[in-house]
Amino acid sequence: MRKSGAEILIDALIQEKVEVIFGFPGGVVIPIFDALYDCKKLRVVLVRHEQAAAHAADGYARATGKVGVCLATSGPGATNLVTGIATAYLDSIPMVAITGQVSRPLLGTDAFQEADVVGITRPVTKHNILVQSIEELPRRLREAFHIASTGRPGPVLVDIPVDISRGHLDNYEYPAEVKLRGYRPNVVGHIRQIKKAAELIKTAQRPVIFAGGGIILSGASAELRELAEKINAPVTTSMMGLGGFPGTHPLFVGMPGMHGSKAANYALQQTDLIISVGVRFDDRVTGDTSRFAPQAKIIHMDIDPVTISKVVAVDIPVVGDAKNILGQLNKVVEPRKPNGWNEQVKQWKGERLFSYELSDSAIKPQAVVETLYRLTAGDAIVATEVGQNQMWTAQYYAFDKPRQLLSSGGLGTMGYGMPAAMGAAVAYPDRTVVDVAGDGSIQMNIQELATISVNRIPVKVVILNNGYLGMVRQWQELFYHKRYSKTCLREGGPLCEECKGIQQCTKAYVPDFVALAKAYNIEAFRATKPGEVEATLKAGLAVKGPAVMEFMVVPEENVFPMVPAGKPIDQILEAP
Amino acid sequence: MNAHTISVLVENHPGALSRIVGLFSSRGYNILSLTVAETEDTTVSRMTIVVAGDEDVLEQVVKQLNRLIDVIKVIDFRDEPIVNRELLLIRLDAGKTNRHEVFSLADVFGAKVASVSPSAITLELSGESGTVDEFVALVRPYGIKELARSGAIAIARATK
Repeated sequence: MRKSGAEILIDALIQEKVEVIFGFPGGVVIPIFDALYDCKKLRVVLVRHEQAAAHAADGYARATGKVGVCLATSGPGATNLVTGIATAYLDSIPMVAITGQVSRPLLGTDAFQEADVVGITRPVTKHNILVQSIEELPRRLREAFHIASTGRPGPVLVDIPVDISRGHLDNYEYPAEVKLRGYRPNVVGHIRQIKKAAELIKTAQRPVIFAGGGIILSGASAELRELAEKINAPVTTSMMGLGGFPGTHPLFVGMPGMHGSKAANYALQQTDLIISVGVRFDDRVTGDTSRFAPQAKIIHMDIDPVTISKVVAVDIPVVGDAKNILGQLNKVVEPRKPNGWNEQVKQWKGERLFSYELSDSAIKPQAVVETLYRLTAGDAIVATEVGQNQMWTAQYYAFDKPRQLLSSGGLGTMGYGMPAAMGAAVAYPDRTVVDVAGDGSIQMNIQELATISVNRIPVKVVILNNGYLGMVRQWQELFYHKRYSKTCLREGGPLCEECKGIQQCTKAYVPDFVALAKAYNIEAFRATKPGEVEATLKAGLAVKGPAVMEFMVVPEENVFPMVPAGKPIDQILEAP
Repeated sequence: MNAHTISVLVENHPGALSRIVGLFSSRGYNILSLTVAETEDTTVSRMTIVVAGDEDVLEQVVKQLNRLIDVIKVIDFRDEPIVNRELLLIRLDAGKTNRHEVFSLADVFGAKVASVSPSAITLELSGESGTVDEFVALVRPYGIKELARSGAIAIARATK
């Protein structure tokens, strides 16, 4: 069949069962948008900034497990995608980013809106390609979806020069299969390694399971739960793994690391066997690696050989897909009865994994998250921004199911949450989708209020307004002698030269988020006292369509527990 | 810090080379030399990379290279003998007085004369990188005007 390059792209997206594209038009992608104009099978969500297109595709992918797709023009359109692509890369999220490029004869001439996007995104994509001819376009698109969604998933960028989009190919056919001789991800775990792992588990006295985002990517939650219950091992998951194991399960001990639970950190430091799966031993988890889990042998199951022994030395590596490996392991591992170790861990865990002091006079941000958990029956899809809002959500919303938490773990991208929630809400319009934001982060992609408003995308934005860039302020308070350099969002102008602290501050906060939301034609609510929290959340959650809820929280609340950077994870600072 | 020779078979298309070089630079691995050219199969290029680092670095380099989609095969030569060759082109100050000495040194190493002018002589030598190092050190006193080395290329030695 004769098709133009743009038509080939659209046909490829349909063949790959893409339902929605998040995009923004521009000069060299006009042919593509022109072809989309008549296409009834693909929904195109017009964002207000390309960064949000990438985050929305990412949020869609995290919530559904399918490949997220974003589309931008050349030059600035493509460079605006970069933060979103890097965010997806660090968290191994399947995404295909399509960018327009200047026409081939103009390549390398510093043409209008030309940027070497393949060069720029090389370190933050699983793979990327500048399409050289219309003949290879179908194959490149087929490969992009295959690479993005298999093995360790990740973003793939396809850069298409406009003369290829405009050009025509006779005899177009979408390739049935992919031939990539350099790409054969190892899915099946080696049975000998799996048996060795089972042997080690048999002799362990103090085992702990440490699971990560790989559980969610692989869809291995059921297998993980079966293993944990069979060998009665406490389970900790990295933030990326939250929901991969039920947050309310008796064996769950919370996430470990910098803002992890005492139980998880003590368990890792005192265990004699870490059974790790789909994790990469990030520095926010391990703290000082030379003093991490000093008595432990480590079994590490991961689909990416690169992660094995990258940070900590591993005794038994098993390379493959988590679901496959755990399924095989469950067949050969012997059941284990709880012992004194289980008692010890239970004791560390106590009544609740995390706690804070309630206040009658001011709203505690943790209380907002807890109330949100209660009112949504723990069943919402919750996106976060980055910083304190993210940590409080991870601590106080007990995620029972995978793909409930959407959060930028690796890159730590402020401004991620609202567009990611938008992507999830497009996929699941009937579910409750919330973005828990800080007043700093939300402003990084605030323009997307327009997108959720005009499209009536039912995202509920919860803003924990403490007037600060809270996490950095917390570090300044604890480690920089309370020198709040550029973290107060009221700061600026002569009034602040004699600052006497937030309690004496008379300056108004800008923006007024409620008024702003209303300007975008979005219903908005504000709570200033603890007694108003529940009613405000109820009002916002009851809105059909998008809503904004602002909570004026205690300005100088800190996230605890906290392991200072570079310390071993059992050196824990707790709330004073 | 040891020098390791790694041979990488990659898809012969634009972008593959920069992807591999980018991998080294972004992780702080130090490339001592790198050569690249087509193989007997024109769709495949062979890159020979000599990298500095300990065993752990080598291990990571090999894993990271294997992860790249364009990389078809990585051969790290850790457990097998190799044939390793490097080409040297060197132009020396060599007037009438010392020309004979230079010729006899060249003779000992099996270097060939590539060109001669009244004041200079250009030699070519192919050999193991260590041999090339030695030769360069020996002729240095005669005055090196210009020097180019290809970097090592290597393949496994036939074992049968």
